[in-house]
Amino acid sequence: MTVEIRLPTLLRVHASGSATVSAESGTVGTAFAEMTDLHPGLSGQLVDSSGTLHRFVNVYVNDDDIRYLESLDTPTADGDVVSILPAVAGG
Amino acid sequence: MSGFALPLVRFSVSQHRTIIGHCYSELPNEACGLLLGPAVGGDDLHDGEPTGAIADVVTTRNEAASARLYAIHGQDYGTARKAARESGNRIVGCFHSHTHTDAYPSPTDVEAAIHNPNWLYAIVSLRAETPMLHVFRMQSGNIAECQVVLEAR
Ligand SMILES: [Zn+2]
Repeated sequence: MTVEIRLPTLLRVHASGSATVSAESGTVGTAFAEMTDLHPGLSGQLVDSSGTLHRFVNVYVNDDDIRYLESLDTPTADGDVVSILPAVAGG
Repeated sequence: MSGFALPLVRFSVSQHRTIIGHCYSELPNEACGLLLGPAVGGDDLHDGEPTGAIADVVTTRNEAASARLYAIHGQDYGTARKAARESGNRIVGCFHSHTHTDAYPSPTDVEAAIHNPNWLYAIVSLRAETPMLHVFRMQSGNIAECQVVLEAR
């Protein structure tokens, strides 16, 4: 019962160079907690100190943006892909 | 950085019309969207190197809803990625409008491009009577312009 978390290039340096990390299914939040235990350098890269997802990252369960679901409480099922992508923004 | 290729960017006339039309329809705010097409070396984790062919233009909502900033709506981005994957394409770039400045990357645009260094960045200026569309690549703070052609397809 695992999910695959896919990291954008700029975050891989905080995950020993890994492009993907496996975690137990549950919620996006539990998967991130498990990943951060494994790669403490990712702490603070995705979620701020109040537990809110940073504005400059988008997180998808498969192709669904969790901001429009239940944010970090969005459930994940076996085989789901959790993709982290930099938000596309500019001026 | 190596691989700063400048492909000839090939829009269809109707794709060009879609981009310009979306930029006007979002006024007074900036408009934004995504460019789909083939890429070399792309996979699920990398968008790869664009060939310059544009297979599809996807207009997206501007989450920033601002005349000075754009942020591609996160769900629109996810939906476009899915569409790209299902059509054998990649996200090869994005577009946005400058409502009162030239079609040239702002410092914010150059900084933001660090996240997707392979992308083509189309910028539409609505400053003058005639809209201007230019396409750039940006890597490591460097800016280079790609030539654009409109194809009658
Ligand atoms: Zn701009």
